[in-house]
Amino acid sequence: MSAPVLEKPLARTGRAGGLLDPRHLLVALPDALKKLNPATLWRNPVMFVVEIGAAFTTVLAVLRPSFFAWAVVVWLWLTAIFANLAEAVAEGRGKAQAATLRRARTGTRARRLRSGDAAEWDEIGASELRPGDLVVVEAGEIIPGDGDVVRGIASVDESAITGESAPVIRESGGDRSAVTGGTRVLSDRIVVRVTQQPGESFVDRMIALVEGANRQKTPNEIALNILLAALTIVFLVATATMQPLAVYSKLVNPGVPDSPALDANGVTGVVLVSLLVCLIPTTIGALLSAIGIAGMDRLVQRNVLAMSGRAVEAAGDVSTLLLDKTGTITLGNRQASEFVPVAGVGEGELAAAAQLSSLADETPEGRSIVVHAKERYGLRERDLHGAEWVHFTAQTRMSGVNIEGRQIRKGAASAVLAWVREAGGRPADEVGRLVDGISASGGTPLVVAERNRVLGVIHLKDVVKRGMRERFDEMRRMGIRTVMITGDNPLTAKAIADEAGVDDFLAEATPEDKLALIRKEQEGGRLVAMTGDGTNDAPALAQSDVGVAMNTGTSAAKEAGNMVDLDSDPTKLIEIVEIGKQLLITRGALTTFSIANDVAKYFAIIPAMFAAVYPGLDALNIMRLSSPQSAILAAVVFNALVIVALIPLALRGVRYRPASASRLLSRNLYVYGLGGIVAPFAGIKIIDLLVQFLPGMS
Amino acid sequence: MSATAAGALFVASLVIAVALLHRPLGDHLYRVYTSARHNAAERGLYRLLAVRADTEQSWPVYARGLLAFSVISVLAVYGLQRLQDRLPLSAGMPPVTGHIAWNTAVSFVTNTNWQSYSGESTMGHLTQMAALAVQNFVSAAVGMAVAIALVRGFARSRSGAIGNFWVDLVRGTVRVLLPMAFIGALVLVAGGVIQNLSGTHEVGTLTGGTQAITGGPVASQEVIKLLGTNGGGFYNANSAHPFENPATWTNWFELLLILAIPFALPRTFGRMVGQVRQGHAILAVMGVLALASVLLTNAFELGGHATVPRAVGAAMEGKEVRFGVSDSATFGAVTTLTSTGAVNSFHDSYTPFGGMMTMANMMLGEIAPGGVGAGLYGMLVLAVITVFVAGLMVGRTPEYLGKKIGPRQIKLASLYFLTTPALVLIGTAFAMGSPERRASMLNSGPHGLSEILYAFTSAANNNGSAFAGLTVNTPWYDVALGLCMVFGRFLPIILVLALAGSLARQSPVPEGAGTLPTHRPQFVGLVVGVTVVLVALTFLPALALGPIAEGLS
Repeated sequence: MSAPVLEKPLARTGRAGGLLDPRHLLVALPDALKKLNPATLWRNPVMFVVEIGAAFTTVLAVLRPSFFAWAVVVWLWLTAIFANLAEAVAEGRGKAQAATLRRARTGTRARRLRSGDAAEWDEIGASELRPGDLVVVEAGEIIPGDGDVVRGIASVDESAITGESAPVIRESGGDRSAVTGGTRVLSDRIVVRVTQQPGESFVDRMIALVEGANRQKTPNEIALNILLAALTIVFLVATATMQPLAVYSKLVNPGVPDSPALDANGVTGVVLVSLLVCLIPTTIGALLSAIGIAGMDRLVQRNVLAMSGRAVEAAGDVSTLLLDKTGTITLGNRQASEFVPVAGVGEGELAAAAQLSSLADETPEGRSIVVHAKERYGLRERDLHGAEWVHFTAQTRMSGVNIEGRQIRKGAASAVLAWVREAGGRPADEVGRLVDGISASGGTPLVVAERNRVLGVIHLKDVVKRGMRERFDEMRRMGIRTVMITGDNPLTAKAIADEAGVDDFLAEATPEDKLALIRKEQEGGRLVAMTGDGTNDAPALAQSDVGVAMNTGTSAAKEAGNMVDLDSDPTKLIEIVEIGKQLLITRGALTTFSIANDVAKYFAIIPAMFAAVYPGLDALNIMRLSSPQSAILAAVVFNALVIVALIPLALRGVRYRPASASRLLSRNLYVYGLGGIVAPFAGIKIIDLLVQFLPGMS
Repeated sequence: MSATAAGALFVASLVIAVALLHRPLGDHLYRVYTSARHNAAERGLYRLLAVRADTEQSWPVYARGLLAFSVISVLAVYGLQRLQDRLPLSAGMPPVTGHIAWNTAVSFVTNTNWQSYSGESTMGHLTQMAALAVQNFVSAAVGMAVAIALVRGFARSRSGAIGNFWVDLVRGTVRVLLPMAFIGALVLVAGGVIQNLSGTHEVGTLTGGTQAITGGPVASQEVIKLLGTNGGGFYNANSAHPFENPATWTNWFELLLILAIPFALPRTFGRMVGQVRQGHAILAVMGVLALASVLLTNAFELGGHATVPRAVGAAMEGKEVRFGVSDSATFGAVTTLTSTGAVNSFHDSYTPFGGMMTMANMMLGEIAPGGVGAGLYGMLVLAVITVFVAGLMVGRTPEYLGKKIGPRQIKLASLYFLTTPALVLIGTAFAMGSPERRASMLNSGPHGLSEILYAFTSAANNNGSAFAGLTVNTPWYDVALGLCMVFGRFLPIILVLALAGSLARQSPVPEGAGTLPTHRPQFVGLVVGVTVVLVALTFLPALALGPIAEGLS
């Protein structure tokens, strides 16, 4: 058994390759232009102001044309288009996937049973199915809607939604009963009870999700939008109220000739709009929605479907992770780790007996004994003729073999010891001590005996997946507490918890215990994330802030959670948390960058506007930009280009490394705060060096 | 000792005194606002006002009480001015003109104490004592009450209540301001500040002319003018007048009175939220900004003139000889940093950059350390905005002191941040847009522009100091500046109380390694940075055409 996910590279890029392929930009361009429609753009107040400014300057440029005015007009429009482009590119990445999904959905027919056990059915369109309908699906057919298998067992190809080509087993009852509309039955025949409303199937929701249709703004996005709107208003007021001051300044310096930036009517409209657009937080305003869409998309790339953006954001805030022991922290099953012989028996003899007793044992534990005997003691599998295999039953609680007159058994200590005593054997006290010792260490002891003689004890152990301890250490540094959930007794649970390095554990956990634990954590103000697949997990999934249901799980579990992992890999919860954090960090970093940029823009534009009336203000022109026109144009061009330059970052997300809040902040402040102040000085200067050669720039 | 060294010693000793005082005073304030007991005087007052002192209020009720109290206060102050000739102790003064009375009423109720009149020739003793001095106490107590209400919002969880306005108002007055003012007044009298009820004395001057010298209850007014960061002087010359501020050491003591409560409140905040270190961080932000500003103002005033003008005493223009350049600059910085607005020298005469510093101090939003109460709540709002941006960068929904900063909180904080810059800039633009309003300027060009910018900055931020030079007792300025004072005071207060209410309702998120630490130097630096950058970005265009243009020419 291996741990498939941990060995997979963290970021599964695939489709994401070539983040800013020029082709993507070109494809997205028509959508970007469509988004200029003010009726939709007003939702983004920052870019709406840019558009109004662009329209206003266009009118001015038509009335009093000059090369400078038209150059500014073009770049103002480009600013708005670049912003739309960012959003369109982000959306475009989901659209391709949606198209594939749609193909799986269209035109499916359903065979609806007339009554519970009837063999008769009506053939209807899949879209007519209602919850509670029973449909029959046979090999080669597409399952017409989401539901639970109520009769039969089948292998199902779910590659249409998971991308995983290996078929999965779906059967009635238990935790593997859920089937998804649009997947194909490969063998056998099943009866499915439909659980979805028409048009609300899993695939429908998935399509809506990846397309970003009716995307709801998350609370944090709303809050950030409010701050950006407030900053926009501040700068709107600052630029508008500057005008009477500018008029006055020109008035009291009558000898100064009019310039393209300043005349008797104050700062010219083109320059005033340029200043405004440069000051309002266009960078983050342009990229904000792209960041959100891309965050959801990163989850989709990892085969996780979040039912709401809110859940993704909550993932970043999670402070307690509930992890099921089996399959998440440990490999699925216990494995033999040691053969402990009693006094007078050689290790080799015990190993040979243990192996012999397990050769026909198909349970994972049994196989692990054979593997351990081979790896550790070089015992090869043998083909035995005339062996009489004794299989495990719930009554005997042991298994083994009768061969060549020998009777070998292995099993639970009490059962095997009773069997030995039955044959007149007198097990030494030592056996009891060995058994207790292994139990105390969290392992499971299996006693091996040959009729009236105990040979020794096999130590079965939960094997913690590789790399888990490091993962949990990382979590701790991020301020996240990990709690292991297990049905084991407290002793066993503690031993595994210690080995894996989780912060806490919940032993002998019932679904009610789990729910109670979540409530307790939430009362303390913590956000809880968990994974689950069974129907009895549903209440806990619904209660947790981030509930990730396994795709292999029941529909009840999938309905209750707010995310579904198509790979059914519980370890992925950790990645989900990281994606949530990355989303917020990207927003914060680009907001900081955007505001920090303004400093340089002031140094470009204020001297350009007023150095004519107050020559002393030329001292502020520390970039030594060549002329007022070129300075203003350079600032506007920089402001537009920086949006394009940052689209890849917005789509990819700021690099996230688990660290304490303090260290993360320092690093991001250094890169995006300080970088945001310095970068535009260099950028504007370089653009100025180029645009100064254009006509009308002096 | 050189003048610079004396100035440095003056500042250093003031810093030490404030540092020594902030802890006991902050603890005292903590006890005042968290105690469950009422003393006899307070119980009497509550009975008189029909206040149920043991009932807590939700934020709308708290705000309604505060606004009702303020409206009544404005009417009372207005009435006393208009009727003063018919009331006793008028000292022979006629009723105050309507627009001046309105402006003054608003000015004192909003803790601004902008004076478009000359005290000794306009206000009778009764007006000074029953209207203006009373407001000096209660307007300061209102500021503290709002700050404490906001702190309660942070400190409480799942609670609909943020305190009782009337209790906070009464306690702030009775337990904090009155006793401190009493002691302070005695010290000032000992220093030579006058305290009497006499009228005008005609005295002969050395040149043979006569001068009218007005006596009055100056010390009692003076002490609360400073302690409550009010700033409205008994005399027009304010703290430059020898009857208000006779000597260097009274000058020092007056600055200590100004700084005492604003710098003690962060300690109270730390105690109330149960983390003293959080108070230290806020104190550090205020301290860094204040010290930087004081030092820069000193540097500009001491070194801002060319060698020859300095040699002939250019830097002394507008300053009192008994204080000198440095102590005047320090006073100028402190009074503008605290929304006090008392002056011991004329900011109009400062070097362009020195004058700009006094404006920039106010433009910070009066938060370093700001007015009594107002400074703390303004600072906390800025901390909320900083936490929001910085908190995102650590990958969590931002939270401050365990309280999530979500859409509602950021909406209230953003509106708070918008209010005063909008008032300042729109007011200035309206004044600058009309030739007849520009006629009030004394100087033309960038300096004249600074005079108007200063007036609106001072009014909207409830500072009350004047740049001097601008003639403001015209109906337009009285009304416009009055509106700036009203909106600049009460809009932020309503927003802060709403913020307090929204925070009090939340249950706190426990702190962990993933939480942004808000008590470390990193955070202090960040708040300082965010504050300076936001203020600079907002006001740079206006400052560029005023003091910067003047200074760089």
